[in-house]
Amino acid sequence: MNGTDGLEFFIDYSRCIGCKACVQACEECDTHRGVSLIHLETIMRPDSVQTAPQVCMHCEDPICAQVCPADAIKKTPDGVVQSSLKPRCIGCSNCVLACPFGVPKYKAEINQMMKCDMCYDRTSVGKRPMCATVCPSGALTFTTRENIERTRQGMAIRDWQFGGETVRTKVNVLVPRKVQKLNVTIEQIETTSTDEYDVANLLLGD
Amino acid sequence: MAKPPVTIPELVSQFGPTLNRIPAKGWNAEVEPDRIVKTHCCFCGQQCGIQLKVKDNRVIGFEPWEDFPFNQGRLCPKGVKRYMQDEHRDRLKAPLMRKEGAGFVPVSWDEALDKVAGEIKRIQQTYGPDSFSLLGGASLTNEKAYLMGKFARVAVKTANIDYNGRLCMVSAAAASKKIFGIDRAANPWSDIPLAKAILIAGANVAECAPITTGYLWQARENGAKVIVMDPRMTPIARNADLYIPVRPGGDIGVFNGMLHIMIERGWINREFIAQHTTGWEQVEETVRKYTPEYASKIAGVPASMIVKAAEIWGPASTSFLLHARGIEHHTKGVLNCMAGINLVVATGRIGREGCGYAMITGQGNGQGGREQGQKCDQLPGGRDIENPEHRKYIAGIWGVPEESIPHKGLSIIPIFEAIHAGKIKGLLAISSNPMVSLPNNSYIREAFEKLEFFSQIDFFMSETARYADVVLAGSLMEEDEGTTTNVEGRVIHHKKVVDPPGDARVDWKIICDIAARLGQAGKFAFDSPKEIFDELRVASKGGICDYYGITWERIDREYGVCWPCPSADHPGTPRLYEGNKFNHPDGKAHFQPVEWQPAAEEVDSEYPIVLTTGRVVSHYLSGTQTRRIGALVDQYPQPLCEMHPQLAAKLGIAEGDFVKVESRRGSVTVRASVVKTIRPDTVFVPYHWPLDRAANNMTVRAIDPISNIPEYKICAVRVSKVPAPHDAIAELEMEAGGVR
Repeated sequence: MNGTDGLEFFIDYSRCIGCKACVQACEECDTHRGVSLIHLETIMRPDSVQTAPQVCMHCEDPICAQVCPADAIKKTPDGVVQSSLKPRCIGCSNCVLACPFGVPKYKAEINQMMKCDMCYDRTSVGKRPMCATVCPSGALTFTTRENIERTRQGMAIRDWQFGGETVRTKVNVLVPRKVQKLNVTIEQIETTSTDEYDVANLLLGD
Repeated sequence: MAKPPVTIPELVSQFGPTLNRIPAKGWNAEVEPDRIVKTHCCFCGQQCGIQLKVKDNRVIGFEPWEDFPFNQGRLCPKGVKRYMQDEHRDRLKAPLMRKEGAGFVPVSWDEALDKVAGEIKRIQQTYGPDSFSLLGGASLTNEKAYLMGKFARVAVKTANIDYNGRLCMVSAAAASKKIFGIDRAANPWSDIPLAKAILIAGANVAECAPITTGYLWQARENGAKVIVMDPRMTPIARNADLYIPVRPGGDIGVFNGMLHIMIERGWINREFIAQHTTGWEQVEETVRKYTPEYASKIAGVPASMIVKAAEIWGPASTSFLLHARGIEHHTKGVLNCMAGINLVVATGRIGREGCGYAMITGQGNGQGGREQGQKCDQLPGGRDIENPEHRKYIAGIWGVPEESIPHKGLSIIPIFEAIHAGKIKGLLAISSNPMVSLPNNSYIREAFEKLEFFSQIDFFMSETARYADVVLAGSLMEEDEGTTTNVEGRVIHHKKVVDPPGDARVDWKIICDIAARLGQAGKFAFDSPKEIFDELRVASKGGICDYYGITWERIDREYGVCWPCPSADHPGTPRLYEGNKFNHPDGKAHFQPVEWQPAAEEVDSEYPIVLTTGRVVSHYLSGTQTRRIGALVDQYPQPLCEMHPQLAAKLGIAEGDFVKVESRRGSVTVRASVVKTIRPDTVFVPYHWPLDRAANNMTVRAIDPISNIPEYKICAVRVSKVPAPHDAIAELEMEAGGVR
């Protein structure tokens, strides 16, 4: 029994304010000190201030591990998909291409893939992950499901549909109550309108 | 002779700013800390709890402090990387004396302090006591702020001391005092998630007070409707229920327009107004003409937005108003704040759970720094320097005749005007960087050049310290101990984490040593900041900001104590005005009628665009500290000029082009950031940078007549596309004022 039993990782993209506290704190994590592994995506700055943090989603059946020819990516019994094992990783970047969330990154300077391991050094000794501890907006949270259900309006889900591929992740995302599964399609991305965030349009009134 | 002794590029090569990218002891995770110290972040008024890791008297990293209730481990990027200011290559480690043509040379403390004291005496003997002026700062601990006020009145005996809180929120302070009689946020932050309507006026919470975001989002989860007023769609505005892109200076249109509608629809609390307030009739009369259409013209937004705002705020069961520099940095700053607070009083939603308002104080000790007597018109405990009873009490504490305490002096902008006029000849400053932070910056530079003597206490060679005759190497927050008072009025304890490096000294000791050389050793015989705090407690006793019952031990035990706390057994006062008891002699809240008025400099055909200035999340104030931390500079390396694509198209400017932003007073050349998130009639440039990248080159030296806050949020500019600059300043690194 440790201090993080029963705690899960939750992302609420709508809360993100783009402050990068997570990015700065990630590189303070002892297993990869000096290297930040979380991604903070600026969606389309000309149109909007929207940003979105991306940690490793820790898939139940991780595609990165499936496509690894060197068997360098391991999942712990508690479901955390680890960064690549240095002695095994051959730097081929299969995982980089295969991950539907764009999480693994090939680090040329060490010829190795590195990615978020949910601060395994911290969570395994009862501490919360760095990013989810410092996040000022609650966009990243490491807490109990019960606490999320009690305090948030959205619903935590972890099932994704990428075209023909179904993915279940350890990390949850908060979505409006009616959504059961996140269906990500190219068409959806292309048709996202940003006019509602154009201040000039707002000034025109109803 | 207050001019840089050598060229700016030469000073930069010697003293920075340079970037620290690697922690003391490296990125090595194997180093076990000797100690982990529970303390607070030095940046911004939120004053988050943080733990600093120490090895061999060096700060090597941090760990979140999850038990501290205000932030529960949460931090912004500045807090995360704050520890990188320690063990910095640029750190001043000895007193320095200006040497023309050679730069600054290290001298002994005796030589430096003798020089400072000697010049104070010489200037005062030649030109009179008030010809020597002092500047304090709102990043100082309460102990140092108190010491500066006492130092001015007892040791230097000058009326002219003021501080950089004057640039921060003094208009909010004056508005709160006029309406309620107390200058402090009325509620603890724990009331925010309990409010059903939240009005955020001129506060870029996500970037300037990031920890407050969690409180706001929690309120929304609990069903609150959030309204944001800002000329720019900030990150919190994007997800607000109602975002009002008010034009700079148009806030009173929104506030008075809302009140007009609330009266019309019966959304005011007439029983509360009758029992607990004065002045309502004049307010009702004033807002009569603020119909949605009239208000809309002033606010520069569609009338329907103002109606919607009233529909959210008016009938709500609980509500919270938050305001910050966006409505405060105006020549009508006090009026703006009062118009906002009138909305709180008219509903009677104050002094109870989930009901109230707060100004989001910006500087590290923005709250405490304005209470202990370093303001030109104030004595400790928030006392009035012109009130005979207050003078008598403080004279007793200090052991001086009442008549020896100078009367009200000049505030910060008039101090610089008096330097120009030849009335002030000498200046000693601490925790202040006017060469970046003051408006109309060329005027400020000329003032420094006119001084006969200038000395600065600083930990880095700030842009202002370059103008000093003597630079006294002082201390960072983590190198000394003391208290600050956070945005909620909660007094908290900064622990000493490490010793100052080299021959650098703790600030309070430097001030006491100068006082001793001015013949006042006995009145400044403090052995520790705790002794200063104990004197401060007594000095504040019976004042508005009563700290008497607060001790360092209580702060540690109770995670901070909110003033007023008049006795050891008093629990402190997280929420003011409970039971509708207000702090005026009649016990009532005093409505203040507010009429809109134009800015000091409105746009015209020559300068047709409004410039508004502000901050970004990775930098703190004038950047003396954060422009030296690599990770924070990488996040926002140089100022950009934000403009709407419609304006950019009209001016023939594309994303990334170099543009010259020019007012009647000066200009910057920076790159354009073309974004749809700003009003097309307004451009924005953040102010953390110096020299040809200083937004304050353009801003106007016009101040609010009541509070003397400068009008940083509005001046008239023109913008044009220019070639990439290649002069010596432009070629500097970006953190030093260069451009890429």
